[in-house]
Amino acid sequence: MHLYNLTLQHPTASPQAIVGNFSGARQQEIIISHGTRLQLLRPDVQTGKLSTIIATDVFGSIRSLTAFRLTGGTKDYAIVGSDSGRIVILDYDPRTSSFVKIHQETFGKSGARRIVPGQYIATDPKGRAVMIAAVEKSKLVYILNRDPAANLTISSPLEAHRNCSILHHIVGVDVGFENPMFAALEVDYTEADQDSTGEAAANAGKLLTYYELDLGLNHVVRKWSEPTDPKANFLVQVPGGQLASTERFDGPSGVLVCTEDHIIYRNADTPQHRIPIPRRKHPLGDSGRGLIIIAAVMHKMKGAFFFLLQSEEGDLYKITIEHEEEEVKALKIKYFDTVPIASSLCILKSGFLFVASEFGNQQLYQFQKLGDDDDEKEFSSKNYPAFGMAQPSQPLPRAYFRPRPLENLALADEIESLNPILDAKVLNILPNSDTPQIFTLNGRGSRSVLRTLRHGLEVEETVSSDLPGIPNAVWTVKVRGDEVYDSYIILSFVNGTLVLSIGENIEEVQDTGFLSSAPTLAVQQIGDDALLQVHPHGIRHVLADRRVNEWRVPPGKSIVAATTNKRQVVVALSSAELVYFELDLDGQLNEYQDRKAMGSTVLAMSIGEVPEGRQRTPYLAVGCEDQTVRVISLDPDSTLETIKMLDAGINRNQPTTFVNIGLQTGVLLRTVLDPLNGQLTDTRTRFLGTRPVRLIRVQIKSQPAILALSSRTWLNYTHQNLMHFTPLIFDTLDYAWSFSAELCPEGLIGITGNVLRIFQIPKLGTQLKQDALPLSFTPRKFITHPGNTYFYVIESDHRVIGEDAAAKKLQELRSQKKAIDEAVLELSLEQFGHPKAPAGTWGSCIRIVDPIEGKTVRIIHLDNNEAAFSIAVAPFEARGNELHLVVGTAQDTLLAPRSCTSGFLRVYKFTEDGADLELVHKTEIDDVPLALLAFQGRLVAGVGNALRIYDIGKKKMLRKAENKTFGSAIVTLSTQGSRIVVGDMQESVYYAVYKAPENRLLIFADDAQPRWITCSTMVDYTTTAAGDRFGNIFVNRLDVKVSDQVDDDPTGAGILHEKGMFMGAPHKTQLLAHFHVGDLITSIHKVSMVAGGREVLLYTGLHGTIGVLVPLASKEDDHLAWRGYYVPVKAVVDGDLCETFARLPPAKQSAIAGELDRAVGEVLKKLEQLRVTASGF
Amino acid sequence: MSSELRYTANTQLEHLHARYTGTGHADLSKYEWLTHQHRDTLSTIVGHPSLTSYLAIADGEATGRTRFEITERMVQPCGPPPAKDDD
Repeated sequence: MHLYNLTLQHPTASPQAIVGNFSGARQQEIIISHGTRLQLLRPDVQTGKLSTIIATDVFGSIRSLTAFRLTGGTKDYAIVGSDSGRIVILDYDPRTSSFVKIHQETFGKSGARRIVPGQYIATDPKGRAVMIAAVEKSKLVYILNRDPAANLTISSPLEAHRNCSILHHIVGVDVGFENPMFAALEVDYTEADQDSTGEAAANAGKLLTYYELDLGLNHVVRKWSEPTDPKANFLVQVPGGQLASTERFDGPSGVLVCTEDHIIYRNADTPQHRIPIPRRKHPLGDSGRGLIIIAAVMHKMKGAFFFLLQSEEGDLYKITIEHEEEEVKALKIKYFDTVPIASSLCILKSGFLFVASEFGNQQLYQFQKLGDDDDEKEFSSKNYPAFGMAQPSQPLPRAYFRPRPLENLALADEIESLNPILDAKVLNILPNSDTPQIFTLNGRGSRSVLRTLRHGLEVEETVSSDLPGIPNAVWTVKVRGDEVYDSYIILSFVNGTLVLSIGENIEEVQDTGFLSSAPTLAVQQIGDDALLQVHPHGIRHVLADRRVNEWRVPPGKSIVAATTNKRQVVVALSSAELVYFELDLDGQLNEYQDRKAMGSTVLAMSIGEVPEGRQRTPYLAVGCEDQTVRVISLDPDSTLETIKMLDAGINRNQPTTFVNIGLQTGVLLRTVLDPLNGQLTDTRTRFLGTRPVRLIRVQIKSQPAILALSSRTWLNYTHQNLMHFTPLIFDTLDYAWSFSAELCPEGLIGITGNVLRIFQIPKLGTQLKQDALPLSFTPRKFITHPGNTYFYVIESDHRVIGEDAAAKKLQELRSQKKAIDEAVLELSLEQFGHPKAPAGTWGSCIRIVDPIEGKTVRIIHLDNNEAAFSIAVAPFEARGNELHLVVGTAQDTLLAPRSCTSGFLRVYKFTEDGADLELVHKTEIDDVPLALLAFQGRLVAGVGNALRIYDIGKKKMLRKAENKTFGSAIVTLSTQGSRIVVGDMQESVYYAVYKAPENRLLIFADDAQPRWITCSTMVDYTTTAAGDRFGNIFVNRLDVKVSDQVDDDPTGAGILHEKGMFMGAPHKTQLLAHFHVGDLITSIHKVSMVAGGREVLLYTGLHGTIGVLVPLASKEDDHLAWRGYYVPVKAVVDGDLCETFARLPPAKQSAIAGELDRAVGEVLKKLEQLRVTASGF
Repeated sequence: MSSELRYTANTQLEHLHARYTGTGHADLSKYEWLTHQHRDTLSTIVGHPSLTSYLAIADGEATGRTRFEITERMVQPCGPPPAKDDD
């Protein structure tokens, strides 16, 4: 078995984001790390929209990212700390639109290790040095400078290691132009490791340590180290340093130490200031819980600065420091607004806040005001004794605020993110769709959604209006060549032509010079200011002063096809002759004296646009009835000579360097036209739909693109230097053309029946259209019903109080006459989230969703602090094979160590055709049921480490068989026949068999390797594909002989008495393929993505990855092995790496292709073919 | 092995142990080994964003909180060391 890995949707999580002038222009950009990918975004200051400039795979795991600017520089660099054991400095080159690696310094082993730096990066605010640190011990400082040619230089590393110390955070201290200083938050465990009483560990205090880089001596010294609050977790840089010109201090310097419930201002040898973090007063919230800061951003304006800090609940606080020169007078905090919980916050100078949210969509907010003069209560360190530090070990009195809807910020843009994907299914249930959709459970807590992903580009319709008849074609045209917008819409009907002018309204006009009594074949703005209409009996050349020069077809003949560009016109007559016209320098249209006889009726023709600075396009492509496409030269020396013929049945085409040929059968051929000899080479085919293909050349973002109309409409366009070919999610179009007007500058116009539609494509470059349905809690799993189209979703959230319990608690509080802030209860859960409850509290529900309508049909909330973990639809033989929904729940579940007071199997009956559920009974079990599956008219359940078979009884589920020898906990189940494949949380995949005669459940094979399974699926009777927690996908196969032997043993006695191997089952499965994806795999399915296409393994990753593993038909396809992280990669080709081939410079491409003994085109074709045939993407 | 060589070999080993925290040696106790294992695991969880996210989702906490608590746990992941025999 050989597999080819292809990512359909790259991860969209954003563990980190930075802002800077990366292109060196005056505009600021944002770089997001998606864990394994870097993306550069540019916000449009006017519209507040974010657009992607580039996105690059790094083939590694990015752990930290920071922006860096040399003193006096205007350009920012990105410094990346990854799992490569290297520090990498990247420069964004706007010319080639790529990240250029300027420096790559190796300092350690690869891998996210304990003592290899890469976890934290801090830079000197004046751009002189960078510190890169590990979780434990290691810290390296690099001096950055510029050489005489103004290139960035990097020094050898200087060590600032400290043994036995765990690092929580590092940050650069702003000391102006004194020696660069870094602050670190450390814990020393030397004593804790020795002290058997545990006292030392309990008292292990956190130290705030300053490391000074002595630029003169070229070494790093521990300058200052003082204990700080033991629960400190985060540091924020405070501006400092003196301006050379005014001698005024920018700020007091030092750091803000964020700790549980408090923020402390700290600097060497100056008094500390401490303020409480204001918290919500929610009647359902856990008041004993501390509150920590998880993200922060500092913003400097002219002569002032402020901080925005975000708490773990998503609340933003504005912090200001009142200071006189270097002396801090007061530290102040007040509530600012509430946004989704972020992994990074970025403030742009243009007045935007980018929130790289840890889960769900990323958001760009615009500042409306800075919260300066509102009535929000401000807490200042001045109001506490000794600036809040009178008793540092005692907490300050709690401060409260009331959350409210956004006041200082307004949402400007949102980037859709699939992060996290918790479960997915591939099904084709939407009406009028010929390709399957992917349904994913995304998000977390109250921001969770069920998403429907459809392959295609989203279309935004602006105008839709009925026409008097059914037109057969539509064009738009400008009056002059240099105009920006189109002036006329021309509609051709069977017996006439209608001209509409585009202004404030779209209305009919008469005096345009166009012939309205005949249908139109082509319309063109020609020369500088003339228009051209081709109708069946002639060509009308309408000059700027409305004079019309008409060329008439010889009597008895008519024009059947025409093609035009700005300087050339070719028409085909019914007598199978071609007539060629060319515009001369005086703006006259001249007929070429010879007519070319084709010998077969012409169906379609096309000439490309005239290249810049040229007189003509030298080639014409003609499609004839005799199933040929001919390329004809229009060169003056050899005009109208056939160069090349190619067999095909036709419709219409487009050449620049490509000739696209649409066939009657709905197939599109794309060939490359050799610019030198006019040969058609490198044909690629693609099935578009069931209707004959019609091709139209349009403009997308002022780049030529092709619309291919069939039963689906496809758009072939270039975006970020890559060719895309994507269907539009829109009704079938009969004809279409570009459309550009003030209200819709980048639009398209099309006809569907007698409806004229104007639309645009807002999100170019995307592959998937997403529709989201909101959910209440973190979704866990979902399942379909064989008899209806509903989805049954289970949702459960830890540390959230359930609906039922919440109502009870509120009632209790009310009956005790406690004051309840009703306004807080009214707040939108989606923005503010569920109030946090203590560990072991669960909110959970079962939801019935109609995915076609995109709405929730019914919600069943679980009571008694139960949480749902597994779900199955099972027919029970004991009940005449009636389908039941079984939900596995557990009460008072604690995660580590996993425990519950009781597990339950809830059995529901489907009522109202599946739109509702009726509880049949509830069976108590001893552990958390993490996996359920229908099995031979009964139910098989993974309860803790026990595999059991249950049958339905009158009052309870009845246990029929059990096997308790599984490793840790059963998380996945799949079955074929009497074989059950069991995925264990830590011990990989077991093969078990149920022997009915003896009622035995036996394990007969397992894996030699421990694996932390998250999902699995049976590929065939002996093969299982599974994903694990560390981002690996692997395929295991059982020896066919063993498989047969087990099946032939009627009682299972043979297996029972066989000797175990390596302290496990008697047989071991063999590893067939292994691949590290880099994202935690959450689901894996064996599906076919294209109608009639081969089956592939589609997987989803937690961070939003969707990918496929394509089986390679022949071994010849297998090239190189990549991607072995935990286990060396085996038998999987990294398609993502292969596809970067298309982005390489031509010289490199031909070098690689040369080594493969292939032409560049062949390699590209192979890669595209793999993608298209497997996934249709 | 001459005593001199043994001496240098030992210092080299000690040096290496000091340099590469987490490396085992012949006299490693079960507690030390386990503590090293746990610290390595915890740091790798912090180092891989998807693992941190996974735990945060399961636990219903912000990733920032999860990361903080995991880093905190690194100080003493397996409880206090066993009491030393006074010999």
